[in-house]
Amino acid sequence: MIRLEKRPQPSRAWSLATPLMAVLATMLMGGLLFAALGKPPVEAIRTIFWEPLFGEFAFYYRPQLLVKGAPLVLIAIGLSLGFRAGIWNIGAEGQYIIGALTGAGVGLAFYPMESWIIFPLMILAGAFGGWAWAMIPAVLKTRFGTNEILVSLMLVYVAEQFLASMSLGLMKNPEGFGFPGSRNLQQYDSAHNAELIAGTGMHWGVVAALIAVIFSYVLLNRHMLGYHIRLTGEAPRAARFAGVKPARLVLFCLGASGALAGLAGMFEVSGPSGQVSIDFNVGYGFTAIIVAFLGRLHPVGILLAGGLMALTYIGGDIAQGNLGLPSAAIQVFQGMLLFFLLALDMLTNFRISIGKPEVV
Amino acid sequence: MSTPPLLTLEGLTKAYPGVVANDSVSFAIGEGEVHALLGENGAGKSTLVKMIYGLVKPDSGRMILRGAPYEPAEPRQARADGIAMVFQHFSLFDALNVAENIALGMEKPPALRDLAARIREVSEAYGLPLDPFRTVGDLSAGERQRVEIIRCLLQDPKLLIMDEPTSVLTPQEVEILFETLKKLKSEGTSILYISHKLEEIRTLCDHATILRLGKNVGECTPADTSARDMAELMVGTALKTPERSAKAFGEVALDITGLSVPAPSAFGTALKNVHLAVRRGEILGIGGVAGNGQDELLSVMSGEVTCARDAVKFDGKPIGHMGPTARRGLGVLTAPEERLGHAAAPDMSLTENALLTGSVREGLDNKGFLKWGATRSFAERIIKGFDVRTPGPENAARSLSGGNLQKFVIGREVLQRPEVLVVNQPTWGVDAAAAAAIRQALLDLAANGAAVICISQDLDELMEISDNFAALNEGRLSAPRPTAELTVDEIGLMMGGAHGMEVAHV
Repeated sequence: MIRLEKRPQPSRAWSLATPLMAVLATMLMGGLLFAALGKPPVEAIRTIFWEPLFGEFAFYYRPQLLVKGAPLVLIAIGLSLGFRAGIWNIGAEGQYIIGALTGAGVGLAFYPMESWIIFPLMILAGAFGGWAWAMIPAVLKTRFGTNEILVSLMLVYVAEQFLASMSLGLMKNPEGFGFPGSRNLQQYDSAHNAELIAGTGMHWGVVAALIAVIFSYVLLNRHMLGYHIRLTGEAPRAARFAGVKPARLVLFCLGASGALAGLAGMFEVSGPSGQVSIDFNVGYGFTAIIVAFLGRLHPVGILLAGGLMALTYIGGDIAQGNLGLPSAAIQVFQGMLLFFLLALDMLTNFRISIGKPEVV
Repeated sequence: MSTPPLLTLEGLTKAYPGVVANDSVSFAIGEGEVHALLGENGAGKSTLVKMIYGLVKPDSGRMILRGAPYEPAEPRQARADGIAMVFQHFSLFDALNVAENIALGMEKPPALRDLAARIREVSEAYGLPLDPFRTVGDLSAGERQRVEIIRCLLQDPKLLIMDEPTSVLTPQEVEILFETLKKLKSEGTSILYISHKLEEIRTLCDHATILRLGKNVGECTPADTSARDMAELMVGTALKTPERSAKAFGEVALDITGLSVPAPSAFGTALKNVHLAVRRGEILGIGGVAGNGQDELLSVMSGEVTCARDAVKFDGKPIGHMGPTARRGLGVLTAPEERLGHAAAPDMSLTENALLTGSVREGLDNKGFLKWGATRSFAERIIKGFDVRTPGPENAARSLSGGNLQKFVIGREVLQRPEVLVVNQPTWGVDAAAAAAIRQALLDLAANGAAVICISQDLDELMEISDNFAALNEGRLSAPRPTAELTVDEIGLMMGGAHGMEVAHV
């Protein structure tokens, strides 16, 4: 008989090993899934994990890794702060959209003036937009005790309506022949989040993501605020005893995650995407939740997980193109990754023992 | 003994990974005998009775019940053989009434009306007044225990096992319980009585078996043995009684006036017009049955719950509005009762837990940036100074035994040189030697000029260390009185256990 025994304390070795095991298990079960769909499993897995990095067209895909990975990491870092404290911001997608709108809005308002000040202002505006959108669930929670999960999630759909309205109305390109969507910021130098080194995919969003990783690491490991965040997540009553004010923590965590999501949106709209359009958002805000957990809410883990997630996105695209895998199969594949991670996570706190049960 | 014993244990052994809970324990319980099982926490008392009650299977050894081999595979079988048990922690549903709760535990419950009639019958016969239709959520701890006892008595047991039954009772309730137990005994029921309250055992029990580290280390007749001798058998070494030096009290350090706080939750207790003052050098003991506002009173003093500025004063300055951090800055420190999750974060290391309350007074951060080196050495000082048994400060709080973690929690506050220290249940679940060390630390603090408030349900502890005694009852605090002048009866009255009670008419 197989039983689970609680470990006296969490195992460090297992907490490092389980993400790897989850990736391997996903490869195995994903392979079976692809085989069941009548596709060559080894080829499919190889396409997803190998092709973007070392394949024939890697020179094209590698920069894409940074482009896809940066917003994921940036958003996930913000979310992880709240998740550590038991504050669940599920609406990063909405904050991402609003950050893109406010960021792009500032840029478009200055058009066609050229000045070095425009891009920094857009950065501030993007962060502010995301922050302000996240403050709605934060204030409602601290004032009226509403559930931040529901409020932040519902605000995603409100933000999507805003986005549609902006791309069809206020921000529509006056020279766009009636097509929806704003001016292309890639063609407006002062507002363009261009590659810092041509051909690498390295833009300001990547830099911001790396800075966020470092800041979050220092905050969580070296600062009282980070300690209070962790304490609140682990033992809320002990946190109040330690003098933590829960409302302040809610405001900080939701605010920080909103600002980072807003930044991610702003860097995306002014760089890789280029314009405000109805289909601007592609789910980074939701995928970042997976990234945050895949990285065990640890800054360095999130950095690695963001890379891995970007890899499955790009590899999945290639597999769709080359092997004709349905996109739903790729989504299932990504879902498996989270599923296995959460399931194997248990091994950190429990050990499996095989033998006769003890009656207690 | 002339009659053959009811239950004989021979060489019972039970090992868990890493620890032998019972090592070849043998003794016998006679018919109609009240047999005490004595021992410190972790001595193996619980494991032993779980084996008798069929909850745990022994690795080796055997039990003989009335001459026949007895191997209960599960509690149901033990009950069928006439063995009943009242657990220390009650398993009752608050939302159901007494009769419904009792029916839930029965194999084939009779109609509720018939059951209620039987409950009345039994409760009157044994002097345990109880209305079968009252909701359990409204009952006091003593009344809940009656529900559990009556549940057992309805089975007409031959052997009744009671695990620390008096830990939740007021002295008057204890008296009622003892009358009941004596009546049971006179009817021929044997009782296995687990406790570490020695005076109780001396008045009640015919025979005592003492366990230490899983072994039977001695037997005695409690009436003929002094409490001190029994305690030393339990601990294995000579006991050091905490010493107190007579000293005049200083200025009033903490002053609470007219404090009323609504109940924090549906199952909490509101504090009603509480007054107290504690002077430097004084230990104020606050007694009372659990759930009468102890947690709430502590949280008002720790700053977790804030109140009107002037309701709480430290050295004459109003601090009622201040949060925990500001109060720690002034030197008002607290140690709550619940160790895991309140006083300490279970999954965090001892170093991180030392930071939990130590950051202000020990200077463990610099403008918010943490000094892990200093924090670690503070944790090591606590571990060393209070004999916390752990491989090191990097271990998680939950890996420590309850008593060890308690030593850590108390040590963490004592080492911060408090001006006022408020502790709730400071020695709960701690073995006798460590309890004595903790009490000594509290006495030393007071001797060095700190004001100490000790909230406890252990009356012996309060009698031993406190200068003045007050009792909490339903959120009201009685006026403090010098402990030395009080009798146990007066304490019982102060604890408010007197109303609605009567000693069994036997």
